[in-house]
Amino acid sequence: MRVAIASGKGGTGKTTIAVNLAKTLAEDGPVRFLDCDVEEPNAHLFLRPTFQERKGVALLVPQIDAEKCTGCGLCSRVCAFHALAVVGGKVITFPELCHGCGGCSLFCPTGAIHEIPKKIGVVENGLAGKISFSHGRLEVGSALVPPLIKAVKKQVHADRIVILDAPPGTSCPVVATVAGCDYCLLVTEPTPFGRHDLDLAVGMARELGIPCGVVLNRAGDGDEIIEDYCAREGLPLLLKIPFDRRYAACYAAGNLLVEEFPSWQEVFKDLWREIERRAGA
Amino acid sequence: MKELVVVSGKGGTGKTSLVGAFAALCKNAVLADCDVDAADLHLILQPEIQEQHEFYGGHKAQIRPEKCNRCGKCLEVCRFEAINEFKVNSFSCEGCGVCSRACPEEAIVMAEHLSGHWFISATPYGPLVHARLGLAEDNSGKLVAQVRQMAKTVAFDQKKDLILTDGPPGIGCPVISAITGADLVLVVAEPTVAGLHDLGRVLDLTAYFRIPALVCLNKWDLAPEKSEEIETYCRERGAEVAGKIPFDVEVFKAVASGRPLVEVSQGPAAQAVQELWLKLQTRIGGD
Repeated sequence: MRVAIASGKGGTGKTTIAVNLAKTLAEDGPVRFLDCDVEEPNAHLFLRPTFQERKGVALLVPQIDAEKCTGCGLCSRVCAFHALAVVGGKVITFPELCHGCGGCSLFCPTGAIHEIPKKIGVVENGLAGKISFSHGRLEVGSALVPPLIKAVKKQVHADRIVILDAPPGTSCPVVATVAGCDYCLLVTEPTPFGRHDLDLAVGMARELGIPCGVVLNRAGDGDEIIEDYCAREGLPLLLKIPFDRRYAACYAAGNLLVEEFPSWQEVFKDLWREIERRAGA
Repeated sequence: MKELVVVSGKGGTGKTSLVGAFAALCKNAVLADCDVDAADLHLILQPEIQEQHEFYGGHKAQIRPEKCNRCGKCLEVCRFEAINEFKVNSFSCEGCGVCSRACPEEAIVMAEHLSGHWFISATPYGPLVHARLGLAEDNSGKLVAQVRQMAKTVAFDQKKDLILTDGPPGIGCPVISAITGADLVLVVAEPTVAGLHDLGRVLDLTAYFRIPALVCLNKWDLAPEKSEEIETYCRERGAEVAGKIPFDVEVFKAVASGRPLVEVSQGPAAQAVQELWLKLQTRIGGD
């Protein structure tokens, strides 16, 4: 059972939901946690795993053998990402634009291009109690996110429960995270921003054919904006977490709701049962 | 012409509310929403769309079954696991075109792919360039570049001296595309452990591209000790905290009413935003 926690809008509480859900489930058995927000990974700040393994993730980018290169320019025409150009009969490369498709080296008529690894980030694996924890950290200055997310997802083996903390938005990093999941929890807040971006996230999940349900965070004032939306769209509103300065303080300090306020454990257990039922597991 | 980009690293720290308020305070700017993935600035600025354009961000492979003899060459060369059962999964296809070139039967065509729209709109605060990336699309960085380019053109045509940009969260491709070459970046941070962590990453990014960056602490009084810690952190790495905005329910009311904060409130948050804006104006005009 793979469940992704996503949201169109950032800062609605994805990580809060993901870490508290994982912590609660880990009371009853092993859980695999993947923090797929490789640009700004935060889950480790709450689950505080002990890291045991660190693996570099690289993309294969072209390197030109000047002796074999005739400057024919086929590579620059092959490259859809403008990562190679011919200037004065010589090929220059822009590795930061490269997607690692391998086209340039494959089609070079003189075999003048071979590929070398360029580091785009790391995957770190560790343990937090019964939670097997993995996250990715994008190298600062690197633009390419999906390959690193895919590397994080490869850490899953025979895990029964996998919780994936997604990045914000609705584009390729989110798609890379959510693809292949059994269920998607969408976390939102009761504001016009929250509703607008929830609508985008719902569209994304539907596009991928993944069933989804909604968690309304910081609820209390103006909840109708989300309730009405869910009713109209036929979406289940699975959980509401009220706005409470104590919860905000708990989060700010990097603590877990289910530890500071243990009554929330039952709530997260119910949430999981509901997800299982709806995902048809 | 100067360009100020508001980013955050962590999402949901208040970028858009802040940019909406700045828009109402500045007199001669072009506004740009570069969070093309989840654009929200239009919810505050109430734009009237004047121009709409299609955005073709790249290509997607298409296999013509009548020409395909299932030799498997495309499967062999595709590095994105985008071909299954001789059909292309357009979510996985990066549009590199390697399969199309490798196919001995010329059965694969690369079709231009509509991945979003961009708009030029009129708002009470000046022209707004914004965009909408299609759902589950890639190439957000290219669309961000398109929005910035158009904002520059509009600024030139209408003799505006500032481009005020609402940036995306994170540190990846759309953020890099939004900040490279900008004159000043304002990073909006919140006083939480995650806020501090993400602020550090985004300051690493602005340093990497050598773009001057200022920091603004939002809702600082929700966790005064954490705010203190962030201020110390900023001092140590030489980043100026240019503003501290207190938690204020009027910010939510402004968002709910779809108007810039400074137009509906004289409260503590609105005052802090005005002070911050004065500081930014001096910084951006003063070099």
